[in-house]
Formats: sequence, structure tokens, C-alpha cells
Amino acid sequence: MYKYDEYDHQMVAARVAEFSDQVRRRLAGEITEDQFKPLRLMNGLYLQLHAYMLRVAVPYGTLDSRQMRMLAHIARKYDRDYGHFTTRQNIQYNWIKLEDAPAILADLASVEMHAIQTSGNCIRNISSDQWAGAAADEITDPRPWAELLRQWSSFHPEFSYLPRKFKIAVIAAEEDRAAMRLHDIGIQIVEQDGVHGAAFYVGGGMGRTPMIAPLIKDFVPLDDMLSYAEACLRVYNRYGRRDNIYKARIKILIHELGAEEYRRQVEEEFVHVKSLGIDPPKAEFDRIAAQFAPPPLDASAPDAIDRGDPDFAVWVDQNVAKHKVSGHAIVNISLKPVGGIPGDASSAQIDLMADLAEKYSHDELRVTHAQNIVLPHVRKADLHAIWQALDEAGLATPNLGLISDIIACPGLDYCSLANARSIPVAQKIATRFADPARQRDLGELKLKISGCINACGHHHAGHIGILGVDRKGTENYQLSLGGSGAEDVSLGTITGPGFDEDGVVDAIERVTDKYLATRTEGERFVDTFRRVGMAPFKEAIYG
Amino acid sequence: MKLLTGNDLKTGFVTWWTGADWSLHIEDAADVGEQGEAILAAEEGARRVNAPYIIAGEITAEGPRPAHIKDRIRALGPTVRPDLTLKPADPAAGDWVI
Repeated sequence: MYKYDEYDHQMVAARVAEFSDQVRRRLAGEITEDQFKPLRLMNGLYLQLHAYMLRVAVPYGTLDSRQMRMLAHIARKYDRDYGHFTTRQNIQYNWIKLEDAPAILADLASVEMHAIQTSGNCIRNISSDQWAGAAADEITDPRPWAELLRQWSSFHPEFSYLPRKFKIAVIAAEEDRAAMRLHDIGIQIVEQDGVHGAAFYVGGGMGRTPMIAPLIKDFVPLDDMLSYAEACLRVYNRYGRRDNIYKARIKILIHELGAEEYRRQVEEEFVHVKSLGIDPPKAEFDRIAAQFAPPPLDASAPDAIDRGDPDFAVWVDQNVAKHKVSGHAIVNISLKPVGGIPGDASSAQIDLMADLAEKYSHDELRVTHAQNIVLPHVRKADLHAIWQALDEAGLATPNLGLISDIIACPGLDYCSLANARSIPVAQKIATRFADPARQRDLGELKLKISGCINACGHHHAGHIGILGVDRKGTENYQLSLGGSGAEDVSLGTITGPGFDEDGVVDAIERVTDKYLATRTEGERFVDTFRRVGMAPFKEAIYG
Repeated sequence: MKLLTGNDLKTGFVTWWTGADWSLHIEDAADVGEQGEAILAAEEGARRVNAPYIIAGEITAEGPRPAHIKDRIRALGPTVRPDLTLKPADPAAGDWVI
């Protein structure tokens, strides 16, 4: 894992001191809210429905047990004993007091964390594959490149006031576990003739105008990656629209320019940027990469798993993934208990996951964009002990990738932008499909719910997506089918008129019934939808 | 009726204008009538409350009730965490929101 150097420490400490003084001045009435708002947002402090909300960055979703325990400590000391893991691999606290914010940021800095650039029109937290460094299908660990981008984008003077927020994801496997092509820039580390390079997909995103990022460059030498990213941003910063917030994202610019013309301008800019020498010398990259060296895993560790306990066996089948090293596995901890709040974890649960990481996973955890937690490096021989501990804490729900593993934004229960509640809908769906055997029979089914058009719940990318809207002061839910955030990326299609809260749950059951009646052997829901189209599902829903 | 609401500067908690001060409890909220904008301007200047705004509401048997669900959720707390609302012991509190 990356450890801060003296520059990182100085930068974060300076920001804590600066923001502490800004908070003091605000509380003393020396500055107005209009003056203070952009300052607090630059430090991840929002004002939501019930209180201030603090969004803490978890770079590329990676953290260690010490950091995880600090997240629990903050929940316990400053919030209401829980945190909410988000769809951008961060964590949010819903009940923060302004006067506590400086102390919280100081606590975070003590474990090399912060909340910088988790808001505002800047480059946000770099996201990545939650199985990075462990996945059997990756060609390399993408996190050194994500860390390089983190350092480059932190306090980047040219990109602190972009036309709109900017999100970057980096992966290094064919299977896309990070919704890479739904980011402003999606980078996939690829291999050509035995050499690694970066494929740049630019101009994806969700929100009110969802778009899949087109391929802008299929192979950028890794020595040029930062310069190429800088060129992509410069063209956007120069021509992205600042006159209309709804047309300000890079996806709109590329859509209007056309990918070819955008590429031409980026290539032209790249020639200039490359001459500036911003790509790091090899020694500096090697210094970063060395901190992501694989943990010492014993490839001769036993590969067999005692599946004598049937509940344990189900959990292994559903929540445990293949590790690149024999005798080891990737544990996916579901934060989606039936009837629970997707992504929420109590301080005790966060502490427990930290303990398990320290004891069994070489001190590493990951936050996933699907709002779950990962223990990336676990000996198969330890799986049963981990499962028992998780089960006692209500964290062993065997539903990874199933219909109850729902992505849901905080919605109108917490968010000031939301038009409808997301969480109660997620709870009702998970309860309706609570039977584990029924869920497994349905197979992989990605259900995603957003409480407004901003799409924090990734509804466009759901095999089944739900968008909450406000219809004359009443919550209403639009259903869409056929989206995917994975390597088979696609955007969902709206089925038709919306439903009330109970109606949308009924509609989903009619959709899944139709799927069961229509699927062929081994066909996932989204595959069936793509084969037969919307019509039979629409008929099942509306008659 | 018209209600004036905002978030407390220090805590961020939802507050309601009572006619003389701010309260966390909507039961204490006063009808600001046509005086809302003037009170809003004065209170914003006093810098005790953030982002104040005027909403429509109605008088019910239980007291003032905001017209829009968003403000009813603000008044009570998250419907999915009854234990964190202002009425954790009232099982019917959620009905007031919906």
C-alpha cells in the first residue's frame, strides 16, 4: 500500500490547518456562507438534509486496518455510530457538526487520509478495480498508475476549477469491475506485443445524459500516460461549457465535437504537453510501484476448502472469488443484509472488518463501487473462521452480484438533491426476494437505484435500474432494463410509465418471472433481455 | 401557511423559525405569512442559520406540516432510521412523512 512521503504529509497538514482557520472564521461570523461554501466543499463537507455530510476519500478504494479503524472511530466519536460506503469507493458521514470538522480532518491526516477533492469541479478520487493486485485475470496491478494519477491530480493548479467535476477510473483486467467506461476518463492497462500501455476511453458518464466513453486512444505508452491525461483535460478545460451546468461535463463536449475531432485536438495538445516533462522519471514510478508489491503469499497453501457446513458453502460459492495465487481467495463482504441499508456499516462492523483484514488479509481492505468491502488476500484455510466472524456481525449475507446486492444512493432520506427515496425501495426489493435459493436461481442480476437524475446509484448501468422522480410532490419510480457497467457496458432502456414504491417492486417481480420463463440454459437476465428485447418484458409489466 | 426553515450553522441540524427564535421541532414553527423574506434576510445576516428558505405548509391536528415530502423528511429525520429521527419512540412518526 502507498505510504505518504513528506510532501503528502505536508500538503495534507497544511490543508487541515487552512480549513481549521476557515471554520473558525465562519463560526465567528467573519465570513458568509456564500464565501465559506466553496471552501468547505473543497474539503468534502456538504450540507445535506439533516446535517453536514463529510465525504472521505479512499484512494482507489484501498485502505489498511489502521485507516479502517479510524473510519470507525470517526463514526463513533463524531457521527451517529455508522458510515455509508459510496459508489465511488468513498465513505460518507451523515451527521457531522461543523465545529468538529477540523478535528475529524486532523484525525484522518494522522492515518494518511483526507477529504480533499471529494467535491467541487476538480478531479475526484481516482477509482479502480477492487480486486486489484489479487485478481486472477489482471495483467498487472493498476493501483500504481492510479496512485500516480492521484498525485498528479491533487491540487493540480490548472484543474482545480474545471467546467464540472471529473472522474477517472483505472483497471488492468478484461473484466471491468469499476464501470470504467462510465467515467470521464476510463483507463485500461492493456498489453501489446508484450508491452503494457494505457487505453484511454474518454467522455463517459451517467447523470441526466448518460454516455458510454468512446475509445480515444488504444495504446498510450505508460511513460506518456500522465501527459496524455493532461492533454485530455486541457482540451476539456479549454472548450468545456461553463455557461450551462447540464452541458458542462466532458461527455457533452466530446459528443458535440465528435470523438475524432476531440482526439485530433488531444493529440495536438499532447505534442506540446509532452515537451513539458510532467511524466515522472522511472525511478519515481518505481518508488511508487514498490509500495504495491504483492504481499508474501505462500502458493503452496492448501487449496481445498472444507464445505461441510452448507451455509458456509453457499457463502463461499457466492462471495468468494478466485485469487491469482493458489491456496488464496478474495473475500467479498456484503453490506447488503436483507432489509438493511445498502452500503451502511456500524462502527463495530467497520472495526471487525479492520480486525479481519489485519489478521487474515495482509492488513488490506478495499471499498467497492457496489458499496461492499473486500478482503483481497485471504488463505483458503482461513475462510471458515472469517465467515463465522462475519456471520456473527451480520456481514455474511451470501448475495454478491444477486438481486439483493443492490446499489442505492442515499436518496431523499439524506440527500438534498434527491427527488425520491432510494433506500426503502431497495429494502422492499431485497425483502421480496429474500429467499437465498430464489436469488441464486435468478443468478447475476445487477439492480441499481438512484433517487434523482444525477444517478449516484448508477441506475443507467443496472441490469434493472430504478430512477426516483418527483411527480407533483409524490415519489414515482421509473424502471429501466438492460444496462451494464461491466465490460459489456450498455445503458438501460426505460420500460414505460413509472410506479409508486410498492408498484415498482411488483413490476420487478413480473420482470424476473418473465426472465425465468424465457431464459435459455446459462443465460443471465441481461443476456435474455438483449436476446428477446423489451417487448415481452413490457407486456409482462403493463399487460 | 408559510414556514421558514434552514440548517443550524454549528450543527447543520434542521431548524424552524418560531416567530422569535429557531427550534429543532417543527411543532414550534410559526406561520411567517408575508414576513418570510424580511425575517430570512435578517436571520441570514445574524449568521446563525445556513441556507434558510420559505416553504408552503399546512396546519394539522399535530401542528404545522410542510407541503412537500422533502421538508417533512427534513422535519422528522431519515425514514429508514426511525431511531435517528426526532421521534424515535413514535412508531407512527413515519406516517406523518408519507
